[in-house]
Amino acid sequence: MIRFKWLIPTLYIVFLLLPIYWLINMSLKTNQEILSVFSLWPRDLTFANYKVIFTDPAWYSGYINSTIYVVMNVLISVTLALPAAYAFSRYSFLGDRHLFFWLLTNRMAPPAVFALPFFQLYSSMGLFDTHIAVALAHCLFNLPLSIWILEGFMSGIPKEIDETAYIDGYSWPRFFVKIFIPNIASGIGVTAFFCFMFSWVELLLARTLTSVSAKPISAIMTRTVSASGLDWGVLAAAGVLTIIPGALVIWFVRNYIAKGFALGRV
Amino acid sequence: MERQVNQKGWLMVLPAILVVALNAVIPLMTVVNYSVQDSFGNNQFFWAGMSWFVELLHSERFHAALGRQFIFSAIILLIEIPLGIIIALAMPRKGWGVPVCLVLMALPLLIPWNVVGTIWQIFGRMDIGLLGHTLASLGINYNYTQEPIAAWLTVIIMDVWHWTSLVVLLCYAGLSSIPDVYYQAARIDGASRWAIFRYIQLPKLKRVLLIAVLLRFMDSFMIYTEPFVVTGGGPGNSTTFLSIDLVKMAIGQFDLGPAAAMSLIYFLIILLLCWIFYTVMSLEDDEPQGGVL
Repeated sequence: MIRFKWLIPTLYIVFLLLPIYWLINMSLKTNQEILSVFSLWPRDLTFANYKVIFTDPAWYSGYINSTIYVVMNVLISVTLALPAAYAFSRYSFLGDRHLFFWLLTNRMAPPAVFALPFFQLYSSMGLFDTHIAVALAHCLFNLPLSIWILEGFMSGIPKEIDETAYIDGYSWPRFFVKIFIPNIASGIGVTAFFCFMFSWVELLLARTLTSVSAKPISAIMTRTVSASGLDWGVLAAAGVLTIIPGALVIWFVRNYIAKGFALGRV
Repeated sequence: MERQVNQKGWLMVLPAILVVALNAVIPLMTVVNYSVQDSFGNNQFFWAGMSWFVELLHSERFHAALGRQFIFSAIILLIEIPLGIIIALAMPRKGWGVPVCLVLMALPLLIPWNVVGTIWQIFGRMDIGLLGHTLASLGINYNYTQEPIAAWLTVIIMDVWHWTSLVVLLCYAGLSSIPDVYYQAARIDGASRWAIFRYIQLPKLKRVLLIAVLLRFMDSFMIYTEPFVVTGGGPGNSTTFLSIDLVKMAIGQFDLGPAAAMSLIYFLIILLLCWIFYTVMSLEDDEPQGGVL
């Protein structure tokens, strides 16, 4: 039985990769081939579908928009979460437990509940259809998550490090930037990874808060789905291109994933 | 870890609180506001009191969506949690297999949710999809746009495909925190495979499993994008889960009052679960852990 243990993960990975393979397969076919012949691999390989995406601004601007707001969100979330997580891990203050719980409830709030009020709120602030609106809206679930993960990492750092630094005459900001941040660098990496992940995959809020100039790629794809005459090849190619950034990010943090899941208690 | 009393902590938390409050408190108050009013358009609102809540709690449509939601979440948990544990137990512990497994398994988690929907929409189609075509050539009528059973199967397999990896990664992280000494001791005692799982691995997994169960429960309870892309809530209403129903009501029909009332009830259900989660976590946390939680 032990000898065939490798079979389980292997079968699971095959199950995971089959639909993705099928998407790649379709993205390399012409529409005519997709609809007429059923083949396990492209008969006449074509990159025309990708060319459509890279040359049509309506398509590639979606990727740029998504990237802009995801990066903004990661920066905002990590920057604001760092001091907050430090306070939660080091200090005891009035209402800290309740505050922490309240923050976490926002991670559990269904985006569907907030879609309409978000539209009205950001419209009234004049931020509708801007990248910063989506970045701020995604803070609703990413900021509590960041604080949660970072607090886990920070509590793993012994308090003596803080005390020694103060004795050595460091001021708090200098200690935080010069000593503390390098100590939790991997934690910041894991946090950024999760913020990237949840902001990149979210559709409902991003679609609600944008119309033209900040429209994310995911919203552009749903629009194409609902149109008549579906262009399956281009749709598949667009899908493949949305997987690539995620795959790259995982590759960079592969050594921290397991640790991040354990410590970060995500 | 002993935490020192310092009210300055508030100042450090404040910027984060303000941003979250902007996103959480104002929209929540908007929802509360709508839930007790009626509108005939023209921005004229009338006090409606609790009538929307009463109506909703007696509405067949809401009961049906809530029932479907609970069945869906239950099925998801029953499949994903045991499957995740089995896969995590069978994963290699060291060597080149570890990063390969982790990266490939984490892949579905990083795919935008509507693309997950698109992938399965294509994969399940009888004319152009591998799964649909294979089943069709075996003589099975797998038309998920018309058959409720096929639609449910597609949505469930899609969710298993999408999220089991999260359970696997959590369990794997839990398993790799067990020191080798435990296994050596078990080998000396001649413990069976089952005994090792039951008395060494499962107790260590309890904590991460609790996180996994509750995260999967809550996220499957909020599921919107994937079934929306694949089935659009159909055929009929057979895959209309709570979020889909809510968005239909609020944005499709612009029934602000009932939609707001439904939002609040929906949010309260989740909040209640979240509170249970938090309490149980705090109680179960017998390992010494720093921090607030």
